[in-house]
Amino acid sequence: MKVTLKVWRQKNANTPGGFKTYSSPDLNENMSFLEMLDVVNEELANKGEEPIAFDHDCREGICGTCSLVIDGKPHGPHQGVATCQTYMRSFKNGDEIVIEPFRAKAFPLIKDLVVDRAAFDRIQHAGGFISVRTGAAPDANSIPVPKENADLAMDAAQCIGCGACVAACKNASAMLFVAAKVSHLGLMPQGQPERYKRVKAMVDQMDAEGFGGCTVTGSCEAVCPKEISLDFIARMNRDYGVALLKGEPKAMEGGGVG
Amino acid sequence: MNLINRVWQSSLGKKYIMALTGCALFFFLIGHLLGNLQVFGQPELINTYAHFLKSKPGLLWGARLGLLACVGLHILAAVQLTAMNKEARPQGYAGGSAYGASKASQYMIVSGLVILAFVVYHLAHFTALLPGVNGTGDFRKLTTVLHGQTVPDVYAMMILGFQVWWVVAFYLIAQWMLFNHLGHGLASMFQSLGLRNHVWWPRVQGFAKLASIGIFIGYAIIPVAIFLRIVGADYAEKAKHQFSQSSPPAATLIAEVNGKEAK
Ligand code: HEM
Ligand code: SF4
Ligand code: FES
Repeated sequence: MKVTLKVWRQKNANTPGGFKTYSSPDLNENMSFLEMLDVVNEELANKGEEPIAFDHDCREGICGTCSLVIDGKPHGPHQGVATCQTYMRSFKNGDEIVIEPFRAKAFPLIKDLVVDRAAFDRIQHAGGFISVRTGAAPDANSIPVPKENADLAMDAAQCIGCGACVAACKNASAMLFVAAKVSHLGLMPQGQPERYKRVKAMVDQMDAEGFGGCTVTGSCEAVCPKEISLDFIARMNRDYGVALLKGEPKAMEGGGVG
Repeated sequence: MNLINRVWQSSLGKKYIMALTGCALFFFLIGHLLGNLQVFGQPELINTYAHFLKSKPGLLWGARLGLLACVGLHILAAVQLTAMNKEARPQGYAGGSAYGASKASQYMIVSGLVILAFVVYHLAHFTALLPGVNGTGDFRKLTTVLHGQTVPDVYAMMILGFQVWWVVAFYLIAQWMLFNHLGHGLASMFQSLGLRNHVWWPRVQGFAKLASIGIFIGYAIIPVAIFLRIVGADYAEKAKHQFSQSSPPAATLIAEVNGKEAK
């Protein structure tokens, strides 16, 4: 099969970009979308042209590095899969495929289809952790966790931090990602000590990064390769409300013990 | 102050405000609808109700100021959030956007602004009684007698007001926009306040659908029934004469019509 690609090309953030059209060489329909780009790039390189820059790493749907908005939908036509697990058999011979980078102020473009998603890392650093003594692994089941909470926490923990939710949202809102990270820890006993501090810090960092707000359009949930549910956003809204009402912790005077 | 500041400074906090003011406005819509539906009764019914409201200025102005505050906060938050949301996506997509999002959810600001334009018109139409905007005559001349007191004839204003086709058209367009605004907004409100989980979400969506349809039908049947002359056509013929008179002979009018309408 052969397809035509309309790809966003942009040298760097300071140079204006535009679409360029490429005809693919003959493709195997069982190639992944990224392998198709590899083949196109090989041809470009052989012709002495600059290959198309795109992000990828694991190519098995677990690292969250691949991106791309394919025909207006982040991660391509299917539900619940990342771009790296999208295959050419999902397209027809002769299709024109529009490929764009994730678009958001908080994800500045680096080159072609590659954007900088470090804003997500900064949100994680603001509160997406628990403070515990490391050491020998504790006994299994030494802290009881209700089964339904364990299941929900696992659902939230599926988030691979790809940023498709931001890319799809008409407001470029990062609510689904942040909600997944907040809930994943907030649902577990180990996450309780920092539960309200965490949600406050992460949401405030999210706002500071310049993401938009949530209008509950549901685009994020519809494109998420891990099918993270909007329920988690409601959960985060609830926790953040409690955190706001609690206010800042009492200021400490002098040093603590030790 | 600190709490207010914290709420207003955060995107989530502003959404709490949107949701709470939207909820208050929704309750107002229900009350206002129940008041208006009295137009399907005898003329005295709604006129007595209107007179009752006017005779309690404390209650009336309390409600008006409360509503104004809600509308003001709702609009301020809406405008700021919409600006923030636009700014967060400086460059759009060529291949289509907002995958999987309903039209209603994408155009909340549009439906909201149409509702706002309608509210301004509606206040000029039936509250300020500006004669230029209703396309028929000077509503201030329409009076009637209730228990020996001359009072504004609100029934006549509604009956005559909704016999004008373009007024009815504008009311219906605004109500259609309100239907879309509420169809999305009433569900979204629960989400913003965190009142949702996998069990409650289908119920919340069902509630939003039913409530928005109910509000739409309730409000739309009033202008439609009047425009189709199903309600109050006789009364309108009598009341119209007051437009051309300088001081209305309200007592004679009410006596004449009473005989006819009281079946
Ligand atoms: C009868 C009057 C109105 C009612 C009952 C109403 C109700 C609501 C409700 C319940 C929501 C959902 C809040 C949430 O998502 O948490 C909402 C959202 C919204 N409303 Fe209204 N509204 C009214 C008038 C207006 C007006 C006049 C505007 C004009 C600017 C407006 C603009 C918006 C916008 C832009 C949103 C979406 C905000 C967002 O999600 O980012 N509304 N409204
Ligand atoms: S919530 Fe889904 S779309 Fe968003 S970053 Fe996580 S995995 Fe990607
Ligand atoms: S490359 Fe790792 S998820 Fe796609």
